[in-house]
Amino acid sequence: MHASVRPAVSVNIPPTGTNTAARESAAALSMRMTVSKVNFFYGSKQTLFDISLGIATNKVTALIGPSGCGKSTLLRTLNRMHETVRGARLEGEILLDGKNILGLDVTALRRRVGMVFQRPNPFPKSIFDNVAYGPRINGSKEPIGESVEKSLRRAALWDEVKDHLHKSAYELSGGQQQRLCIARALAVDPEVLLLDEPCSALDPISTAKIEELLVQLKDFCTIVTVTHNMQQAARVSDFTAFLLIGQLIEFSPTPQLFTTPADPRTEAYITGRFG
Amino acid sequence: MLSMTGVCAVVAVCVLFFILGYLVYHGGTSISWNFFTRLPAPVGEPGGGMANAIVGSAKLLFLATLIGVPVGFFGAIYLAEFSGTATAFIVRYAADLLNGVPSIVIGIFAYSLAVLPFKHFSTFAGGFALGLMMIPITLRSTEEFLRSVPISLREGAMALGAGKWKTIATVIVPSAYRGILTTILLAFARVAGETAPLLFTALGNRFWSPGWSQPTASLPVAIYNYAISPYEDWHRQAWAAGLVLLALILIINIVARGILARSVSVSRS
Repeated sequence: MHASVRPAVSVNIPPTGTNTAARESAAALSMRMTVSKVNFFYGSKQTLFDISLGIATNKVTALIGPSGCGKSTLLRTLNRMHETVRGARLEGEILLDGKNILGLDVTALRRRVGMVFQRPNPFPKSIFDNVAYGPRINGSKEPIGESVEKSLRRAALWDEVKDHLHKSAYELSGGQQQRLCIARALAVDPEVLLLDEPCSALDPISTAKIEELLVQLKDFCTIVTVTHNMQQAARVSDFTAFLLIGQLIEFSPTPQLFTTPADPRTEAYITGRFG
Repeated sequence: MLSMTGVCAVVAVCVLFFILGYLVYHGGTSISWNFFTRLPAPVGEPGGGMANAIVGSAKLLFLATLIGVPVGFFGAIYLAEFSGTATAFIVRYAADLLNGVPSIVIGIFAYSLAVLPFKHFSTFAGGFALGLMMIPITLRSTEEFLRSVPISLREGAMALGAGKWKTIATVIVPSAYRGILTTILLAFARVAGETAPLLFTALGNRFWSPGWSQPTASLPVAIYNYAISPYEDWHRQAWAAGLVLLALILIINIVARGILARSVSVSRS
């Protein structure tokens, strides 16, 4: 990766609802992405209200909150996947390395900000062709075989599939398929990896593998994950944002959010009083 | 009531098997190697075959596929991936109407467009008429198969930086290709037996028809001509031609179903 050439952006983060210590620790980090004053609408219905937060480089940021709180919507704005939905409208500013993503070419943006979805969605192709898909369509100069192996290793799937790379991806188990999707996303060397409840369709053992993987992946990229599972957020993330009905209630370093939440609504949620 | 519905179901099946049995009985006894390799014999002379009609049908169907499949396929891509709901509704409705247009009317249309200006019947005109009939069949089913590709696959491709066209070409069409292939085969089988559109476009021919610009024999029209003739020998040839045509259509149908069945087992989600 080419982190050295990127400007460190550390403005406006974290926002309201966090204490001084959090602000200081966050300010010491460089910010890969900065979301400021984002409002989001589906048609006339507003689903995000004035969201501002920073996404720290090479850290895991978790978005938590009850269903319908807007965490997935927020995640999908980060690589402009919301644009695939008719009538979706975004106001505000989202910066990637200091540049507004709305001004970037959308395909170039999505190469830099990869995404893994709730349900494993491998293409009906071989394992190899799934991982090679991104480098191929983007005309990568690196030899395809090497980048496939590298990505599968990073996704901790290589040892399980190296002997049958040309089998259909559908022959893998659900957990393997999800790691294949992670490998597929990693193959284009994204700076940021977005994960939309990546474990919600998986069994506990597969979930544990993916969680372990997320922590390792921090070395290569910045991670934002949506989860409805608070324990998962507590285990894997460095920062946690708590959303409620489209509003960012609290954004702090994870240990702090789970031990000494600043907002009573956060406390109510993490202690299981609703959601 | 139950027994009546049961009887009706049995009757429906029986009709097919009755036709099949009758064709096999009459056609089977008349078919021979000569049928596939010889030209029709003059009246009164025994033997002879329908080699020219078999080749003529093949050429007509080839042309029809060349015309009908690209239009139907790309039209379906537009409908499934790009059009707004209003446009899609109009195109779909028009395709359904076109599908319902009697084949004889398609024949007249092709006659006025591809026969009259050139002042002669031709393979091209016949292929054109059959191609028109293939468009709505290919279009509607291909659209259905493209739409059935899960949104999650489209999102997966787009999230990797694939644009709309790249997503279509590298993920959506490859995911739906078995269904699309089935559609094309079924459309092909559907027009293979059409007679009316060929009567005054391809006309018929007792000899070989070189190139594309002369009248040509075809199996359905040959059946028609031979069946209404007063000669016993020709009737037998018509039965044989009917058997060959039905066998072709049956085989295509079975192959198409085989392809589709395999696709279902692969895309398990």
